[in-house]
Amino acid sequence: MSVVQQKAKLADIVRRDGGRGFSLTPTVTVYLALLALLVVGSILVGLNGGVLLDQGGILNILTRSTVLGLVAVGQTIVIITGSLDLSVAYLVGLCSLVAAETMAGSDGMMVPGVLLALGVAAVVGLVNGLVVTVLKVNAFIATLGVALILRGYLEDNYTGPAGSVPRAFQHLGFDRIGPVPIGVLLMLLVAAAAWWFLKRTRAGYHTYAVGGDIDVARLSGVRTGRTIVTAHVLCAVAAGLAGVFLASRLGSGAPYVGTDAGYDLESIAAVVLGGAALAGGRGGVVGTIGGVLILATLDTIFDDLAVDPFFKDVVRGIVLIVAVALYARRKLTRRSA
Amino acid sequence: MTVDGDVVVRLTGITKSFLGVPVLRGVDLELRAGEVHALMGENGAGKSTLLKVLAGVHRPDSGRIEVEGEPVVFATPRDAQEAGIAIIHQEFNLLEHRTVAENVHLGREPVRRGQVDRRKMEADTKSLLDWLGEEGIDPAETVTRLSVAQKQVVEIVKALSTDARVLAMDEPTAALADHEVELLYDLVDRLRARGIAILYVSHRMREVFDLSKRITVLKDGAFVTCALTRELTSDQLVRHMVGRSLDALYPDRASADDLGDVRLALRGAGNGRVRGITFEVRAGEIVGIAGLQGSGRSAIARAIWGVEPFTAGTVEVDGVERRITDPRAAVRLGIGYVTEDRKGEGLALRQSIRDNALLVRRAALTGGAGRRKSDLGELLKSVAVVARGEHQEVRYLSGGNQQKVVLAKWLAVGPRVLVVDEPTRGIDVGAKQAVHRLLRDLARNGVAILMISSELPELIGMSDRILVVHEGAIAGELPAGTGEEAVMGLATGHTRGEVA
Repeated sequence: MSVVQQKAKLADIVRRDGGRGFSLTPTVTVYLALLALLVVGSILVGLNGGVLLDQGGILNILTRSTVLGLVAVGQTIVIITGSLDLSVAYLVGLCSLVAAETMAGSDGMMVPGVLLALGVAAVVGLVNGLVVTVLKVNAFIATLGVALILRGYLEDNYTGPAGSVPRAFQHLGFDRIGPVPIGVLLMLLVAAAAWWFLKRTRAGYHTYAVGGDIDVARLSGVRTGRTIVTAHVLCAVAAGLAGVFLASRLGSGAPYVGTDAGYDLESIAAVVLGGAALAGGRGGVVGTIGGVLILATLDTIFDDLAVDPFFKDVVRGIVLIVAVALYARRKLTRRSA
Repeated sequence: MTVDGDVVVRLTGITKSFLGVPVLRGVDLELRAGEVHALMGENGAGKSTLLKVLAGVHRPDSGRIEVEGEPVVFATPRDAQEAGIAIIHQEFNLLEHRTVAENVHLGREPVRRGQVDRRKMEADTKSLLDWLGEEGIDPAETVTRLSVAQKQVVEIVKALSTDARVLAMDEPTAALADHEVELLYDLVDRLRARGIAILYVSHRMREVFDLSKRITVLKDGAFVTCALTRELTSDQLVRHMVGRSLDALYPDRASADDLGDVRLALRGAGNGRVRGITFEVRAGEIVGIAGLQGSGRSAIARAIWGVEPFTAGTVEVDGVERRITDPRAAVRLGIGYVTEDRKGEGLALRQSIRDNALLVRRAALTGGAGRRKSDLGELLKSVAVVARGEHQEVRYLSGGNQQKVVLAKWLAVGPRVLVVDEPTRGIDVGAKQAVHRLLRDLARNGVAILMISSELPELIGMSDRILVVHEGAIAGELPAGTGEEAVMGLATGHTRGEVA
């Protein structure tokens, strides 16, 4: 990388704010917040006689981040187009079932099981995207509707876990390469792919353009409908992958594994925490992963301190609101500059 | 390869109608390489429609478009783009949070080995910026950090990056500050010097005389003339733009007996957009406000009504000095305001005629007044709304009937002063006359009316006297029945008048 490019990169991260000092991009802010959280958390846990950041602690944070990370990375793409997906939580459950039932304990069915689960996810994403673009239903309602349909199907057909994955498939959920769990690597791999998609491909550029101003995008020759549908399909496939991973962890499919963890709202929270604008056009995978890590770190700290679950949720809520308020504030000062 | 002066685009006999209403009737236009060609005409003369035909947004009903002598058909904006025609619209078409280079190449990003070639994108943008002499803009900068003038440069670069040979600019100075206008002049000159054919749409006399080599004038959708700028005087140009007979009959004006007390008086009133506004409106009188778009004529109305209040000077209502800082205060003083943005600000489109007509009465007047409903039918009859019933949603009404509902809304509270901004914009001839009659009847019944309109015949036909606004100040006052030339002269800053 040339010096000029490095300088450009630096300028990307820290931008001069009209002579009034430096302002941080949301991506940097979220990692600084993560760092601060880790320091404060370490002290609190330390005072309590424990250690936050030993190998076990770090692994704990990373493992907690895996499934939410997968879902949130997908959610990032739809949110950048100015849409959102509320059906991911049920989709995670559905895909875990599709994978586990297709495999039905047989080694030979591992690949078909994974492919089928991802295929189902892609179809659900396609439906979401088409309802939003062709039927012109607001994304909130469209994906809520699809979520209700999925819930109806799950409630009607399942009362509890079903299907089973072969032992070999459970390596995905439990094995490590060196100290790092395969699941974490999988999540980072998906994140890297999504980053590449958004920042390096034409379709990714158009994703930002559609979210930034759909009319400008259309007048510039961008196929806006196709862009939104693509985003929804990618988001759903990421959620499907999360379902497949959970099937491997749990040994079977579980209909409510996604909703119990609240992956729908949690993933949106992580994306917003990572600096994306819900209106679209801004945000990124790197920020989202930061948001996911903050949420996971908070959970780990709370567990270490054995905090009351109610208090836990209160803190998470406050963190989210404060973060978004900070971003909004920054935007206002910039506009008035 | 074209040489300067060669005709790049030729439009011949372009006609276009919308819903049977002819908007363009046989317009000719020739654009030559290396020339700035101004397109002028009053509001509604068909300039924007012609621009959209050129841009491939509208397809003409008849007529020919030739690019370098070859006949072409533009089915989509993309076709026009590929033929080398680029349009810069009035409002910006940029993504605020993307970089200059990303905006310039939006929809046409160069790809190398499956990835967007950022380096090529930025280099191409850089070379276009350099070519224009705009080295100060960094292709990697985010658009939101640029000044308005720089954004305009980016728009131009975006247009040029499609290898445009024809660049049409619609009111390019509308959003610019004075020193930025100078920069734009300079830029237009450089583009011209590089052989681009430029179509420059503007109302502003000075710009057109400074920049253009030829001027085409449209009036009522018809081609009036195309002449070399140096062979035209601004007097002649104004006459070409407005010279027509009054084609509508207007109600009789007020006689001296009709005039009552001064209802509204402004003395030296001003705010960020207008300054030193002084005038009076009497009961029974219709005072017209003329001016170009952006001259501040609507700003005066909005200030009187407290939307963007005056910060200097005084406002007297019925002889008492008042500070009107929000619309509610204005309503309580008996001031009504018919906004120029009927659908956005004048009506709750998804509510019924009834709810709209009673909106102000319910909102602003206390006591039982909001609940009185016996006279609603009377009210709607007096404005002659044609509808299925008072419960019909107003969005289903024609423009003319919608405007009548807006008027009914104000009649319902019995205003003493009524400010109407573009009262007949977008409504048909019949409804127009009805609105005119209604306004005059109101005046006869003692309402003081302040009327803004960019349609000069209407303004002249209706007003008992006319105030002309130019660049935020009143440039002069003209008596009833003034000619259009006199109004346009003041409005464009071509002549200076006596301030009343």
